[in-house]
Amino acid sequence: MSSEEYGRRVRRAGPPSRLGRDCLWAFFVGGGICTAGEALRQAFLGAGADAVTAGTLTSCTLIALSAVLTALGWYQKLASRAGAGSLVPITGFANAVVSAAIEFRSEGRVTGTGAKMFTIAGPVIVYGTLASAVYGAALWAAAFFSS
Amino acid sequence: METALRQGDTLLFPAPPVLAAHAAVGGKKESEGPLAGAFDELSRDNLFGQDNWEAAERALQLRAARLCLQKGHAAEDSVSLALAGDLQAQCTASSYAMRELGIPYAGLFGACSTMAEALGLGAALCAGGMARGVLAMASGHFCAAERQFRTPLCYGAVRTPTAQWTATAAGCCLLRPAGEGAAGVRVRAVTLGRVQDYQVKDITNMGAAMAPAAAATLLRYLRDTGTPPAAFDCIYTGDLGRVGSGLLAELLEAEGTGPLHHEDCGCLLYGHDPKVHSGASGPGCCASVLCGHILPQLEQGALKRVLFLATGALMSQTTFLQKESIPAIAHLVELASPDWKEG
Amino acid sequence: MGYLWAFLVGGAICAAGQLLIDLTSLTPARILTGYVVAGVALSALGLYGPLADLAGAGASVPLLGFGHLLAQGVRQAVAQQGLLGCLTGGLQAGAAGIAASLICGVAASWLGKSRDQN
Repeated sequence: MSSEEYGRRVRRAGPPSRLGRDCLWAFFVGGGICTAGEALRQAFLGAGADAVTAGTLTSCTLIALSAVLTALGWYQKLASRAGAGSLVPITGFANAVVSAAIEFRSEGRVTGTGAKMFTIAGPVIVYGTLASAVYGAALWAAAFFSS
Repeated sequence: METALRQGDTLLFPAPPVLAAHAAVGGKKESEGPLAGAFDELSRDNLFGQDNWEAAERALQLRAARLCLQKGHAAEDSVSLALAGDLQAQCTASSYAMRELGIPYAGLFGACSTMAEALGLGAALCAGGMARGVLAMASGHFCAAERQFRTPLCYGAVRTPTAQWTATAAGCCLLRPAGEGAAGVRVRAVTLGRVQDYQVKDITNMGAAMAPAAAATLLRYLRDTGTPPAAFDCIYTGDLGRVGSGLLAELLEAEGTGPLHHEDCGCLLYGHDPKVHSGASGPGCCASVLCGHILPQLEQGALKRVLFLATGALMSQTTFLQKESIPAIAHLVELASPDWKEG
Repeated sequence: MGYLWAFLVGGAICAAGQLLIDLTSLTPARILTGYVVAGVALSALGLYGPLADLAGAGASVPLLGFGHLLAQGVRQAVAQQGLLGCLTGGLQAGAAGIAASLICGVAASWLGKSRDQN
């Protein structure tokens, strides 16, 4: 049997797709996390914070909550069903940082925790920063040439 | 006297070495599965009293080795060599476990095929008069494998339906040369496989990557020895899982080899636990199923003659990131019960 | 209504991520990175601002919102500082979230331990 023919059979042999169920889980868990975020944001706004501060405080609160759930091992349990529902919110970013920090503690505070925290979070920060810098340069160039 | 013969890739032992003793040790999930009764020892604590997962696997493998020596009434100095392997980088679980035992040691890496590789090489050394006793041993640990190959344990990762679950288990066998009053399951033949690569790149579908290697080695053994597949009570593959087992049947059918009585160690270990998807995997999976489930049935005569066909995926994290496909290997060991006679 | 929009928009963004996981071979790390870069791009095109006004946390909590935050920061910084702003704006705006994650990570490594999934 050729590799190409085998490849076709491998694709056919995969268990049936769970697309519908996966997407429902992602939708409801992701939507739930965002609704919780909105409740926090409204609370901060109600306490007199301006919109930007309220947004920042909301993110920081969610990150802290995610860290606690990660350390207790509960975030992983939720994520095993919720998939992207718990991956895409800021809590998923925090989970990536915190889980690596805990996991690689046995390899040292600096070379384990300190270094491995960036395994997943690092690329997010690197390419986010790069994209924003490119955008900033384009904005500056547009302003420079139009003035 | 001729001690061994070679036909094609298959080594035949006219005076088959025997498996004088064997031991299987497992962790928490293994103690909840359908084969729980097969293990000599089970631990509800997957840390095995250690501080980290690597040390836990070391303790697990050492426990299997000591149990095996104890069951075989074998002093450490009656063993000429230990052949052992595991999944940790540089095979450290085995090397650190062997640090505790005063036995000459050669580390093996065959990924999940390590147990068959160790049995095959050990049997050849025994049959060739090079060893009076050989320990063949392999282990795997779910947590050590996850943190090394996938993600931190507390990271919210999703397992795909084709994914397999690394077993927290170890198996150890004591091989003795024929004669000298040695009794036990006999190793009649060994086929060491050739690396196969069918361009599978999905590391969450190891069963698919390894099935062609299993088919190739099995077909080569059948051709080398001229034995029909029906001559065996069962052909046990080492952790192809459900997806890989289906593909193996398709590959054999395409080669005109009819349906076999086939069981997969990866499917047996956890039964139909939905959490593990396609089945169990890891070097400890087929090693512990062999020692705890297959060998006792051969000893009791419930099985007369079986093939033990363990498969391994030979990629690394680095080659995966470099987008290489997954090469796979399968090694085959023919086992016969103590009282089975040919013909 | 604010809560409903937050739920619907946030849920839809996550469901889209799930489609990427199930239908492509993208790994979670690539999806997170892609979402942040896409957030910067959507914000630059002026599409994300109105969504954030409508859905509040439904748009700001998913990582697309983190990209939007970086883009907003850069916009402001370039307007105030010129070219230097494209280096300072993004990380300045995202500083609280990044610092909170890192500090929580170190704190959790003192208190938490690696947990068996078996």
